Amino acid sequence: MDSSQLLGITTFTYMFSTILYATIFIFKAKKLGPVATVFTIVAFLIQTAGIILRWQESYALGYDHAPLTNMYESVVFFAWTIICLYLVIEWKFKTRIIGAFAVPFAFLAMAYGSFSTGINKEISPLIPALQSNWLIAHVVTCFIGYAAFAVAAGLGVMYLIKNMSESRQTTNDDSRLGSLPPLKVLDDITHKTMVFGFLWLSVGIITGAIWANSAWGTYWSWDPKETWSLITWFIYAITLHARYTRGWGGTRIAWLAIFGFVSVIFTYYGVNFLLSGLHSYGSS
Amino acid sequence: MKKKNPVFSFFSSVKLALFTLSLLAVTSIIGTVIPQKETFSWYAERYSEATAKIFQVLSIPDMYNSWWFLSLLTLLAINLIVCSIDRFPGVWKQIKADNLATDLKRISKMRLSNNWVSDKAADKLATELTSTLANKGWKTEKRKRDDALLLFAQKGAMSRTGVYIVHASILVIFVGALIGELYGFKGSIMLPESQTTNKIFEFGTGNSIDLGFDVRCDRFDIELYDSGMPKAYRSHLTVLEEGKIVLEKKIVVNGPLTYKGITFYQSSYQGYEDFILSVTDQQSGKNQSVVLPFQKPKALASLKTSIGIVNAQMQGQSITRMKVWFDDDQGPASTFWLNAGDQVTVERPGKKYTIAGKQMYATGLQVAKDPGVLVVYIGCGMMILGLIVAFFMSHKRIWLLLSKENDKTSVLMSGSANKNKVGFEKIFSSLSAELKN
Ligand code: HEM
Repeated sequence: MDSSQLLGITTFTYMFSTILYATIFIFKAKKLGPVATVFTIVAFLIQTAGIILRWQESYALGYDHAPLTNMYESVVFFAWTIICLYLVIEWKFKTRIIGAFAVPFAFLAMAYGSFSTGINKEISPLIPALQSNWLIAHVVTCFIGYAAFAVAAGLGVMYLIKNMSESRQTTNDDSRLGSLPPLKVLDDITHKTMVFGFLWLSVGIITGAIWANSAWGTYWSWDPKETWSLITWFIYAITLHARYTRGWGGTRIAWLAIFGFVSVIFTYYGVNFLLSGLHSYGSS
Repeated sequence: MKKKNPVFSFFSSVKLALFTLSLLAVTSIIGTVIPQKETFSWYAERYSEATAKIFQVLSIPDMYNSWWFLSLLTLLAINLIVCSIDRFPGVWKQIKADNLATDLKRISKMRLSNNWVSDKAADKLATELTSTLANKGWKTEKRKRDDALLLFAQKGAMSRTGVYIVHASILVIFVGALIGELYGFKGSIMLPESQTTNKIFEFGTGNSIDLGFDVRCDRFDIELYDSGMPKAYRSHLTVLEEGKIVLEKKIVVNGPLTYKGITFYQSSYQGYEDFILSVTDQQSGKNQSVVLPFQKPKALASLKTSIGIVNAQMQGQSITRMKVWFDDDQGPASTFWLNAGDQVTVERPGKKYTIAGKQMYATGLQVAKDPGVLVVYIGCGMMILGLIVAFFMSHKRIWLLLSKENDKTSVLMSGSANKNKVGFEKIFSSLSAELKN
């Protein structure tokens, strides 16, 4: 068994998890709940094993680096963090419906990593500029932030769907949407998830700056990727202030959660493919 | 309430903050779409002459240093400063407030409260409650109020400063960036092996900058993976002051050398078609090094030998193997292949020599002086600390009012927290359950 097989299996298990959570949501199949949770935990453990194995393989090849250094590895880590975060939320807030909106992100990330032709899945050695512990810290912290923003966007979508149906007054407790957590709870979890993401994104930008300074002697050079991460950071800073000091909530915050995540996606993918800069390693 | 100066209100408003942050986010996009720091003719060719002129007027080619972008950043800084001047004194008052002087009516009206009656006398009960609270990490103060005894305990009062630490951190980072801009420089130098320099060339202007000391490149190496990809670029640098060695270090990418606030980063290299060879007589230990052009043998006077390169193999820009010709007038000359960076022992009639050879390189160094980096890093540390405090800590307060009721003492407990009210409710109810017993 090698890491690519394990990670390949993960793509399918996350697809299956997505189907399970979607079934629970659409058909109100509450009994499937524990099955979905256990299955997702197993899938998560398989992925964890895959990541650890890939790390070992890198050492066996003499490349000696953590599996966090190219687009494929970052996508895998992104999916891993989303599932980890989702499982924590499921456990803390005792609701499985969120799974139907969060787990798909992990599946899509894995599917993109596995099937996209533009992505190199090989374990490759690191060019000198990427040999830094700050790089590892940078990737880990950024992707924890991105994963939180993905979950927040999923919650935002949930909020909008539920809100739409409530304003049409079609919801009663038996309907599908009635099984969603109350709007107030959704609003609260969305906010908390964004706060969590904002903290990690801040640390991610800072560790990136420290890395750049140790490699080139400039902690900030306004390259497109840096600039986009800052734009994303501004968007979430605006969201926090709007909520905290101007009392924004509900629909507006839900939209901002989605809008912020679009910016995250652009920072992550868009910049690599549409713009050029120091982070071009991501495109291989 | 005093009416505020409208200019002051404008600059302290959060609306302005939302406006400035939005504008910064939107305008920042421009520089990620339009390549920066190109020449006028480049823009004219890529877009059009007219567009290039508009770009020039609006400083688009260097927008992040343009007057209008820097003005936006300045506006953000002013907004932050004025907003803090406006609000911080109030927050400080709350932190330092005398909570034992709180209006007793307010205490009884708090959203979270709990009543019970105890058989114990007020003084004794107060001592017991204080020690129970102390076990939970709450420091309690007390004061006589009218006929009653008021106890107060709090946690995390300082957490109210978290937001201000975050805001201050942004200003600290700005100050650090400004220090770097005013008192630092960034430049580069291409330094051939064995050569010394005391100057480097500034980016952008190309002006030469005096270092105030000498730097020598003793050696430059490229290490490759088996696949041929570069694994490491390494320069052996020596810093000299008035001819005396003061510092030696092998630098790699991500591992620079710093001396007197000036840092040298490994950034590039250039290969020459020359070779550096070093010959050592194993008996006498005598050694001589020489720079050889391709196929131009030279005599090594001190060793009474001659050496030359007759052939070489290249991989990309790098020479991987060289064929050496070596003669010491004792019979026919030796020729042999030598891997770049390696050494071999050559046996000649009656003598043995160690011969080492490599391609000659120049190392490309990026050179930076930025006395503001430390300040920027302090700002970054403050930001993370402030965010953790602002997001995850709250100011929790508890009052216990003990009043005499016949022979017994009635207790009114109430509390409040400025954040995470749900979490505080749990703490409050478990604490009150414990205090009742
Ligand atoms: C990039 C810049 C900024 C960042 C990163 C930032 C960060 C923060 C954070 C993390 C909070 C705490 C929010 C919470 O507890 O949920 C906050 C609150 C606040 N910020 Fe900012 N801020 C920035 C700029 C500004 C500016 C320019 C102003 C100017 C008016 C401002 C005014 C406030 C106010 C009034 C609060 C609420 C404070 C309170 O709790 O009393 N912020 N900010």
